[in-house]
Amino acid sequence: MSTSVATLSSTGTAPAGRDNRVRRAWWKTTIGVILTAVMLFPVYWMVNVSLTPRDAIRSADLFPHNPTFEHYSQALSQQLPYLGTSLLVGLGTVALTLLISAPAGFAVSRLFVPGRRVLNFSLIVAQMIPAVVMALGFYQIYSRLDILNTVPGLILADSTIAVPFAVMLFSAFMAGIPGELLQAAQIDGASHWRTFRSVVLPISRNSAVTVALFAFLWAWSDFLFASTLNREGGNLRPITMGIYDFIGAQNQEWGPMMATAVIASIPTAVLLVVAQRYVAAGVTAGAVKD
Amino acid sequence: MALHTPPMPAGELVTEGPGRAPGARTGRLRNLRPTTWVGLAFALPLLAYLLIFYLYPLVENVSMSLHRFTRASFVTGEAPFVGFDIFGEVISSPQFWPTVRQTAIFVIVSLTFQYVIGLALAVFFRRVFPLSAVLRGLFLVPWLLPIIVSGTTWQWMMDADSGILNQFLGIFGVDPVWWLNAENSLMSVTIANIWLGIPFNLVILYSGLQNISGDLYEAASLDGAGPWRQFWSITFPLLKPVTAITLLLGFVYTLKVVDIIWIMTMGTGTSQTLATWAYSMAFGKGSSGVIRYSEASVVGTILLVIALAMGFIYLAVQRRQEADR
Repeated sequence: MSTSVATLSSTGTAPAGRDNRVRRAWWKTTIGVILTAVMLFPVYWMVNVSLTPRDAIRSADLFPHNPTFEHYSQALSQQLPYLGTSLLVGLGTVALTLLISAPAGFAVSRLFVPGRRVLNFSLIVAQMIPAVVMALGFYQIYSRLDILNTVPGLILADSTIAVPFAVMLFSAFMAGIPGELLQAAQIDGASHWRTFRSVVLPISRNSAVTVALFAFLWAWSDFLFASTLNREGGNLRPITMGIYDFIGAQNQEWGPMMATAVIASIPTAVLLVVAQRYVAAGVTAGAVKD
Repeated sequence: MALHTPPMPAGELVTEGPGRAPGARTGRLRNLRPTTWVGLAFALPLLAYLLIFYLYPLVENVSMSLHRFTRASFVTGEAPFVGFDIFGEVISSPQFWPTVRQTAIFVIVSLTFQYVIGLALAVFFRRVFPLSAVLRGLFLVPWLLPIIVSGTTWQWMMDADSGILNQFLGIFGVDPVWWLNAENSLMSVTIANIWLGIPFNLVILYSGLQNISGDLYEAASLDGAGPWRQFWSITFPLLKPVTAITLLLGFVYTLKVVDIIWIMTMGTGTSQTLATWAYSMAFGKGSSGVIRYSEASVVGTILLVIALAMGFIYLAVQRRQEADR
């Protein structure tokens, strides 16, 4: 993990003053659990509804008394193509984002790039541009090029969410790589490209993981580009559109809808379990570092 | 992030090397000398990318706001240039000022609650206690969930007849609230948006708190300052730089919100903001059925200008903070 990022996300250690502290600590745990439960109630509710039989959904019971998986089997049978598309779009976005941002991060942090300040500023502003503005522009261009409702088109658009963030994360990390390492590679006669590929990239693995995780999650979660650039894509639409279809339906079917929502949340769960520390590092790095 | 110029190791001089930077002195090691061409080569994909996938759509958007586009324009390619006419039409339309007002309420109320709750939680989590890391991690969930997931869940929780929110309020004898009708929709989407934004505030403010030295608190408590006093005399003042950044980014992110509003209410009634207005004019399956790209682009361009201004302010704030350090 990046050194600068690690200090930001590391936890403070409690100083001495034991006995009292311990008792107070358990109090805090109790309150913390309650607060978390309140905060996560909507998530619980989604799971609850997804397990409640159709005829009991409107009674809004706190607990699924006769849990059923019928909604899940229905959701899976309908949504499988969309899930596939989302997976494809997510992986494509990850690949494109890494391909562009890793070398750029190296250039911005370790090599001389004319106009670096302007570039840095553009990256910050790029993250501030409203997605609806981008979508309007993309729509216009895509319809001229006739690539509306295509997977590559969606990948290109989705990557714009991640690329500026990724460049900033990579350059923040690569700036901290000891100069001696790069120097040693140079002395051994490695070219810049070789140094980048054999020294810089392997060290930056954790940054790459963070970037990949976020790029995937953002592409997977994207609603705005999907609903504008890929509205009529049929099965080539992502899972967010699969859920959106439920909203437009005459008779909104909450059971299968919530089951689909639970399935669509799997990447989030994976991210939390596998990579919590990367996540915290990513949030702080994207926001307070440059 | 300063350019790295390493010290020269004794006895290992490499006197010649390709790609010498202008003004580089001889006798130095071949790179890590900053080399313009190499730097450009590595940055080239990004530069091309920014031009094609950021600048081009933005130019396209601004150009659309100056030309009168209709559905037919996509077929015939005809869109007469009309200067700022459409800007005038949009700003004088009866929807414009109410939408600005609703946008302002949405942004200000969201930011206030997100920040206050996020800060309270950050202070709560400042000292480690059993399970604190796990709980803090769980607080990230709303931020990481796809918005379509949280949006639809909130929509169902706010259902007037069988939503859990009204059932809960019913225990206290409160009449059912029509959360998602025209009148209340702004309040409802704001509540959901606050929920979405708390994790972001928590994480940033928490990391800001970690940078405040624990000695300060120890000294303060030796002087007899209670937790309340400590907060106002130490935490809050020292957190000001982080607060500035958090609120600034929060402002920009909240201003451009479309998805949570659109998913919950389709931007109907009071929940229409500038961003959802632009979206609905261009892409909405709106009741009118008339697609108005140029008008949407005008609103988009207004949002873009605000974003640019915020970018400059962000940079200025960051510069000042670095100078203070």
